[in-house]
Amino acid sequence: MSDTSFSTTGGLKTGEGGIIISQLDDLLNWARLSSLWPVGFGLACCAIEFMSTASSAYDLDRFGVIPRNSPRQADVMIVSGTVTFKMADRVKRLYEQMAEPKYVISMGSCANCGGPYWEHGYHVLKGVDRVIPVDVYVPGCPPRPEALIGGFLKLQEKIRGESVLRPKGLEKILKERNDA
Amino acid sequence: MTPDTVKKIIEENFPEAILGEDPESTPLALTISGSRIVELCEFLHSNEQCYFDQLACLTGIDCGEESGKMEVVYNLYSIPFDFQLMLKVELERNNPVIQTVSTIWRAADWHEREAYDLLGIQFEGHPDLRRILMPDDWEGHPLRKDYVEQEKYHGIQVKWKAENE
Repeated sequence: MSDTSFSTTGGLKTGEGGIIISQLDDLLNWARLSSLWPVGFGLACCAIEFMSTASSAYDLDRFGVIPRNSPRQADVMIVSGTVTFKMADRVKRLYEQMAEPKYVISMGSCANCGGPYWEHGYHVLKGVDRVIPVDVYVPGCPPRPEALIGGFLKLQEKIRGESVLRPKGLEKILKERNDA
Repeated sequence: MTPDTVKKIIEENFPEAILGEDPESTPLALTISGSRIVELCEFLHSNEQCYFDQLACLTGIDCGEESGKMEVVYNLYSIPFDFQLMLKVELERNNPVIQTVSTIWRAADWHEREAYDLLGIQFEGHPDLRRILMPDDWEGHPLRKDYVEQEKYHGIQVKWKAENE
């Protein structure tokens, strides 16, 4: 499926010497979205679903998703489960140790907004987006493997629209500064 | 072994230690004076007639401001006699202090740390009385009835608020 994203966005096959002409953005985006390596860690019961998503039944490998047990060599962080305040510092540090470009999938209700602990859970961070920026929120308690795969597909969609030469985030910040 | 024999053993060796009994509780629940808790536990642990060699659980209860009390509950189990016993000690809520039993059962170490962490009960003589669940720099003891969580932890708002979402 990743091949189609490459070839349908302006790729041209010359047939001579195996040269393919494309845009740099398309090439980089294709490479990034086809090898999303998540940091191999889990926080709560969502991690069990994350593990079964990686199992042969759901086969996360087919999207190029392989858990990587070092934040420095990972591209995406799956916050799979309840983030306690004690863990929030560690999650933030893990995120900071990851190299750019990096993405975050918030998996399950706890990581999204505190989940069942939203009112009386004095120990639970009410949404991991209070400490790190989140790209994709996957709802569920816990989400089924299909839902997590859906989250990855959403993230791929997001990466497909990115541009190295014209980074949207940077343009937005510059525009805000200019307007102010 | 029956509840009556256990009560008799305690009464014979520690007169006036038993302050009360909950007739409806299973297992047998005795309210005990806290002043000689270590001696009593040591006795129950090593006495040939009961051998309470396992501390199944140790926990604390905040009985609320009106009562002015806190409780520490010991759930003992005798493996040789297959018998369970619950001991309760009432503490002053304003100054909950009691001797540690971690010298008798190592299992008490972490249980006492939990009671300290969540209720603020002080265990004198405990080898390492630190918080066990909450972060070290957390404020307050969450299972106290009058607990109000702090506004912020490390700059992060603690409460969920609708207007933030």
